[in-house]
Amino acid sequence: MITFDSVTKRYPDGTVAVDHLSLEAPTGEITVFVGPSGCGKTTSLRMINRMIDASEGRILLDGEPVQNIDPPTLRRGIGYVIQQAGLFPHRKIVDNVATVPYLLGWDRKKARARAMELLERVGLDPAFAGRYPFQLSGGQQQRVGVARALAADPPVLLMDEPFSAVDPIVRTSLQDELLRLQSELNKTIVFVTHDIDEAIKLGDRVAVLRVGGKLAQLADPKTLLSEPADDFVREFLGHDRGIRRLQFVSTEGLRLRTDLTVTEDAGDSGDGAAEPWLLVVTGDGRPVGWRSGARPAGLEPYGTYVHGRDSMRAALDAALLSPSGCAVAVDGDGKVVGVATREALDAALAEAADG
Amino acid sequence: MNWLTSFFAWLVEFFGNGDNWAGSGGIPARLLEHLEFSALALLLAVLIAVPLGLVIGHTGRGEVLVVISANLARALPTLGLLVMFVLLLGTASIWPVIIPLVLLSVPPILVNTYEGVKGVDPELRDAAYGMGLRGGQVLGRVLVPVALPLILLGCRLSAIQVVATTTVASYTGLGGLGRYVIDGFATKDYASVVGGSVLIVLFALVVQVLFALAQRVAVSPGVSQRSKVR
Amino acid sequence: MGDGPPSIWEWIGRNWDTGRVDSISNLLTDHLTMSLVPIVLALVLALPLGLACVRWRWLYQPTSGFMNVVYALPSLPVFMLLISVTGLSQTTVIIPLTFYGMAVLIPAVVDGLNSVPDHVRQSAVAMGFTPLRRLLQVELPIAVPVVLAGMRVVAVSSISLVSVGALIGQGGLGGLFTRAYQNPFMPPVIVGIVLIVALALVADGLLVLAQRLLTPWVRARKGTAS
Repeated sequence: MITFDSVTKRYPDGTVAVDHLSLEAPTGEITVFVGPSGCGKTTSLRMINRMIDASEGRILLDGEPVQNIDPPTLRRGIGYVIQQAGLFPHRKIVDNVATVPYLLGWDRKKARARAMELLERVGLDPAFAGRYPFQLSGGQQQRVGVARALAADPPVLLMDEPFSAVDPIVRTSLQDELLRLQSELNKTIVFVTHDIDEAIKLGDRVAVLRVGGKLAQLADPKTLLSEPADDFVREFLGHDRGIRRLQFVSTEGLRLRTDLTVTEDAGDSGDGAAEPWLLVVTGDGRPVGWRSGARPAGLEPYGTYVHGRDSMRAALDAALLSPSGCAVAVDGDGKVVGVATREALDAALAEAADG
Repeated sequence: MNWLTSFFAWLVEFFGNGDNWAGSGGIPARLLEHLEFSALALLLAVLIAVPLGLVIGHTGRGEVLVVISANLARALPTLGLLVMFVLLLGTASIWPVIIPLVLLSVPPILVNTYEGVKGVDPELRDAAYGMGLRGGQVLGRVLVPVALPLILLGCRLSAIQVVATTTVASYTGLGGLGRYVIDGFATKDYASVVGGSVLIVLFALVVQVLFALAQRVAVSPGVSQRSKVR
Repeated sequence: MGDGPPSIWEWIGRNWDTGRVDSISNLLTDHLTMSLVPIVLALVLALPLGLACVRWRWLYQPTSGFMNVVYALPSLPVFMLLISVTGLSQTTVIIPLTFYGMAVLIPAVVDGLNSVPDHVRQSAVAMGFTPLRRLLQVELPIAVPVVLAGMRVVAVSSISLVSVGALIGQGGLGGLFTRAYQNPFMPPVIVGIVLIVALALVADGLLVLAQRLLTPWVRARKGTAS
């Protein structure tokens, strides 16, 4: 656990970058520092591994004040990932990843084996190991940066806007990768970003900071969206808070109807004839399209969500994609498990709005 | 093409003369002297300039020194400096000549080492410290390898300078290949002048090639791919 | 000779304008000629060659390779080898200095033209500039700072390098050094060094001034390396 105890950073010219910050980043969770530029989020992060020293207050790492630890020793026990990855251009990828193990005096063979294992873990082809950083794309370099930070298996990981220099598609895949890794590794991660969507997607807890280095709100993403502490946080969260909050509402409780499906080869099945919309599925249960009672000749488009795994936001989205107004619930294999009608969605939304 | 025929005649006369290959005034001996003086001066310059450039570039302190030395070194006439030191210190040893040689070859190495270290991406420095490298490790394991192309460029420019200045220094009595040129010119022995000049030019070119090879061997392929030389 | 060696000022006064070829004023004039001609010639030759290297990219590699070799040649033996062609004349000094200058200026011209940001070039094309007008009105002005930085290096080193010519009797102020060495006497050396450094500083200052006037949009200049 990382504890900020009334930490202040004041520069010689009088600027206050961080102002009496007190918070905890719990073990095994992702704590995100988010805020506009000048809010002291990066400064706060860099005070943890003493890249910057605090002017007042204490930062505790599992109860031990970081001020008491020699900075290089402290840093070797904390993974650090920065924006441009900061890979050493003169070293091959495998040696870049093995940097900290080398520093810790591991023997070469063991360090390299560990590096290879990590490259695989972050989703990189082992063939990259012998290349130099300039031969990799930005997204690949960033994966190497994460692997390098994890090399000595530090319990704590500091990530300073690690994904902000790559394009949106790569960023999304890197974010997903991080969440997958975290589900396996359970590190204590402090993550800095200026992107509120990234904060909400990744954070177990999100600390919103305002300019001048003051904590505006510390909450889990769902609470943050539903109960912003003040106008600053509300404005920073931006539009569509209500819709975005639905991504934290489970679809498990959504009532499904299973009587609205027909198999495509079965011809006109009589039992659903009274319904205005019927979902046509293949023999093995995959959706084909909606058949309208008014125009039985053609098929209309459909939207799906994975029942129980995807959020209410995805279910609502699936419903809005189809003229039927219903969302098709599928299982992990893409087979239809039922249909969420407007009435069912309505009931779930009412429940979500309640609490 | 009268001059061309006489040029070749002089070359044949110089290199064909067996006396020119033997003894303390012979080509091998002079070549060795030239190499000795140049290498000594360059080595001393490297020992002074590289650490100084690394420290100034790394700490950002004393940058004025770099700028002043670079401009002054270019403006100072080598011949004048050599004569001044010899008049001041006499010709009892080679040092009155070696000192100005060193002085003139420090700045190119100093400037390029400084620029090389200073030019290292701040993110890289940040990452290095963030990994837990200590100050000296950051310098030795990251900054020097990344700045190496520029450091070697500085050494190459200095080597050019030293080889040329060693030649000029023969005027003030130093040995080396310059002797053929200076003495030959004084005694109107044009075979010596031409032969000596050709030897010096070849010597300079070989030094260039050696530095190009050193660059290829010493610089990590990961660095040379992205760094611009010169 | 009076009593004791003359002071440096006395020596200057006595030797400034004796009407002989080796009076200081004559040496100064010679020095200026032998350094200014190569500076100007090098620029005049390097501009079209640099442009050609940018226009036909395959030219740059061999050209810069050749110029690197030229730059590595020590001046004294080159002077000596040229004597058989151009004799003991100023030309023998001027030709090599011109080449040294080109070795610095051709890369400077190429770098300068390459320093034109692509979006600037593209927008010039989009606005309908013909290639020649684009070169004269857009690309060359933007290249000026880099080229002038190269000019400063060339000017200062040419001025100091001329003095080596004294070893073949054509060194301008360098003549003071050989004279001082032949009958060991310090004042000529001091005068020579001071005048040469002063000339270099003046030339450098003029080029800085030229840059201010030519490129008022460039505020801060960066120090030159190499």
